[in-house]
Amino acid sequence: MTVILTPTAEYKVSTRDGLWMSAADAEKVTGWALKPEGMCRDERCVPLPAAAVKGREVDVEAFWQRLGGPVIASQDGDAWALGAPADERNAALEVLQAPDFTLPDVDGKPRTLSELRGKKVFLATWASW
Amino acid sequence: MVVAVAEESRGADHARPWIEEAKSGYWQLIDTEHRLSDLYNLVNVPQAVWIDEQGRIVRPPETAGSTDHFRRMDLKTRTMSPEDQAERLAARQAYLDAVRAWVTTGKHALPADAARAALPKVTPEIAEARARFRLGVWLRDDGRTVEGDRQMNTASGLHPESWSMWRQAADLDEVGKASGPDFWKRVQALGDRPYYPPPKL
Repeated sequence: MTVILTPTAEYKVSTRDGLWMSAADAEKVTGWALKPEGMCRDERCVPLPAAAVKGREVDVEAFWQRLGGPVIASQDGDAWALGAPADERNAALEVLQAPDFTLPDVDGKPRTLSELRGKKVFLATWASW
Repeated sequence: MVVAVAEESRGADHARPWIEEAKSGYWQLIDTEHRLSDLYNLVNVPQAVWIDEQGRIVRPPETAGSTDHFRRMDLKTRTMSPEDQAERLAARQAYLDAVRAWVTTGKHALPADAARAALPKVTPEIAEARARFRLGVWLRDDGRTVEGDRQMNTASGLHPESWSMWRQAADLDEVGKASGPDFWKRVQALGDRPYYPPPKL
């Protein structure tokens, strides 16, 4: 099994030759579904190079690079990070809608920013270091 | 509502003493992967984002109450001059007053165009740095220290403006290293550039 780290989650999926995986796993990991037009999410489809699809298998590395996102592998190829494409991050911020997130509180309870809709939020970072 | 997020790859137990001392009634969240820095394009702590009742960003990421006075401290005694201490406290107070004024009157919220113009832009190098940092944290956590460090160093090289990436990597290497001699060298190398750019209130 290969570990895939996305900006918001961690998955373990079966892969071969890099990041070739079933279309079902590709959808689970990326949120994009394989269709005849390419990889699709909501109304948007991104055509895939012919070499990046074989039957119901997808080369997620090629797809992610096509999206403009960074793909970084561990030395052993057993862990991969798929980073958010810069354009996607900029577009999300430019609409000025605060990107939503869920993080655990100090006791492990998950908290989601959008639960606070209706209140002003002062979102601040800190660290021990 | 205050949402405090600890950019803390060592995890909740490492952050807990500070959180307990704060005795806060607000959310104290733990962000081991610096996910918030990725989503909001943050580069240091403390930084804050102001979000209104509709979930809209009304002030993009900015320094939240800290100043550069620490750069002039006496490194042997780790103390600042009384004048610098007073200025530092005054700047912090001014920022807190601004937050309170926003909560009660809406003052200091930026119009959409100004808020948009003040957003820091994510570059492909920053995007790659975030992915490498994420993998680096995971590799270290998996016991692959050397490889994790290498990824985090590459991340810092791609995104040198991020103090959080550099200091978190230093801290994972050894607690205290994030404010050790290498940190001061990096701060000195800033020259006239700010470490904490002051918020434009």
